[in-house]
Amino acid sequence: MGGGDVAAVEVRDVVVRYGDTTAVSGVSLTLPRGRVLALLGHNGAGKTSLLQVCEGFRRPDGGEARVLGLDPVGQHDELMPRMGIMLQSSGVYPWATAGEILRLFASFAANPLDTDMLLDRLGLRKFERTRFRRLSGGEQQRLGLAVALVGRPELVFLDEPTAGMDTEARHTTWQLIEELRADGVSVLLTTHLLDEAERLADDVVIMRSGQVAATGTPAELTSSAAIDVLEVRADPGLDLSGLRAGRTVAEASPGFYTVSGSLDTAGLAEVLAWFAAAGAAVTAINTRRRTLEDVYLALTATQTPVGATK
Amino acid sequence: MSSTFAPAPGRAPMRTILGKQIRMELLLTARRGEAVVLAMGVPLLVLLGAGLFDVTNLPTDDRLGYVVPGVLALTVMSTAFTGQAITTGYERSYGVLKRLGASPLTRPGLLIAKTAAVFALIVLQVLVLALVGIAVGWRPEAGALLPAIGVTVLAAGGYTGLALLLASVLKPETTTGAATLIYVVMLSVGGIMFAAPDLGVAGWFLLPLAAHAEALRETLMHNGSVPIGIWAALLTWAVVWLTAAARSFKWE
Repeated sequence: MGGGDVAAVEVRDVVVRYGDTTAVSGVSLTLPRGRVLALLGHNGAGKTSLLQVCEGFRRPDGGEARVLGLDPVGQHDELMPRMGIMLQSSGVYPWATAGEILRLFASFAANPLDTDMLLDRLGLRKFERTRFRRLSGGEQQRLGLAVALVGRPELVFLDEPTAGMDTEARHTTWQLIEELRADGVSVLLTTHLLDEAERLADDVVIMRSGQVAATGTPAELTSSAAIDVLEVRADPGLDLSGLRAGRTVAEASPGFYTVSGSLDTAGLAEVLAWFAAAGAAVTAINTRRRTLEDVYLALTATQTPVGATK
Repeated sequence: MSSTFAPAPGRAPMRTILGKQIRMELLLTARRGEAVVLAMGVPLLVLLGAGLFDVTNLPTDDRLGYVVPGVLALTVMSTAFTGQAITTGYERSYGVLKRLGASPLTRPGLLIAKTAAVFALIVLQVLVLALVGIAVGWRPEAGALLPAIGVTVLAAGGYTGLALLLASVLKPETTTGAATLIYVVMLSVGGIMFAAPDLGVAGWFLLPLAAHAEALRETLMHNGSVPIGIWAALLTWAVVWLTAAARSFKWE
């Protein structure tokens, strides 16, 4: 969809403070058109504060945010019809029904989606006449997603879209987000679910304590160290001293060996050659790669600042 | 590949947006029992109680002639101020206002829709209460209807402004408490069931309910004109509170 070379979201050195607390301290990120960017981080990492700035609900205390090339505070009214926003704990009229709420927001749009289709797609049809306050948390979330999408936006912000959803609703939501991307909608989502980020995102920004701890595609973030661990089943009780050069080797249980460190293709060949030379019968091998979860845990576990990596 | 979600953004005509939002505001008011009681039950009770029976001392023998205009003024206050303050306070705490702020409605759009819904409700309430009054023997004059409508619009504007201001700066529980307290104080000293304390022109500025009620009595009962002090007081209230509300209004 049009829009030329203006990024969907462009954030430069944004700072957000609440009194003495700095929630976001100098974050920069770019969401190109038609891509999905996941902001990943613990609660309190600054994800929602950053979204508040991009939604125009807060002026940043430093830096600048441009959304579809516009100032989200000063040009809020111009921006809103082009965007779909799913807020965390999406509050709407407690005494209105799901159908009334969705149709209200549909009526604000020039070319709304068919509300019946959305209710069906999100499994909300049977709640059409149910008042909002009677819906479960997951049902309220799904309605919030429907409200965000009903105006056919070119950009959507989803703040923890699958929080409180059951497995089925979560998969439905993931499919919807994949469809949005395929149809050319730009998506900025926050999550603390790693599988969600890994499955949906073109780009991942990991935030920690208000700063960017790492950015990259899921593949870039996980592939920096080819294979992390090699697991080998062979005869028990081998003398491992000859294998130790540059590697960490252990017999975790009798006949089950774990090897880590310098496991590129040549390294793997060397290790297996060593087992062959030792006359051991190898009955099973398994390799483990870093997952986004390993990267995330490594980045968010330490308290010392981590420079942005790319 | 499907293209269900292919972007086609845009804002509906503002007329449509406002119409739908006003409809929703009215629908939700009708759905809330306590709002209906506040809007209709209390005024009806006061009208029939104080208007037909010697339960309070009034400065005139024409009880209905004193009480009905007062009740009309009271109902404007309860809808435009008390009801609006409580509703808006809770909408803020539920995140409704923020949700609307993340839509094409716009801030002026929301304020216009809220004010329009208030005026629509007031028209309906005034009609019902006036008809009930006439049914039990109230005999108003129709000659000075225009100034009566004028002061009512000013009063409703001032009340709405103050309501939106309170809901912007106070917590919803505090807003509810403050709005209810002001309602009770005004009901007691606002010249509805009892004569208002005579504070001269200053009284019109302090007690807009008494000023509005007095203006309605002058116009609807005596076919007279509205004292300039009352015009000044209600105009000041409307300008001050609407301006303050527009400045302080926040989505969150």
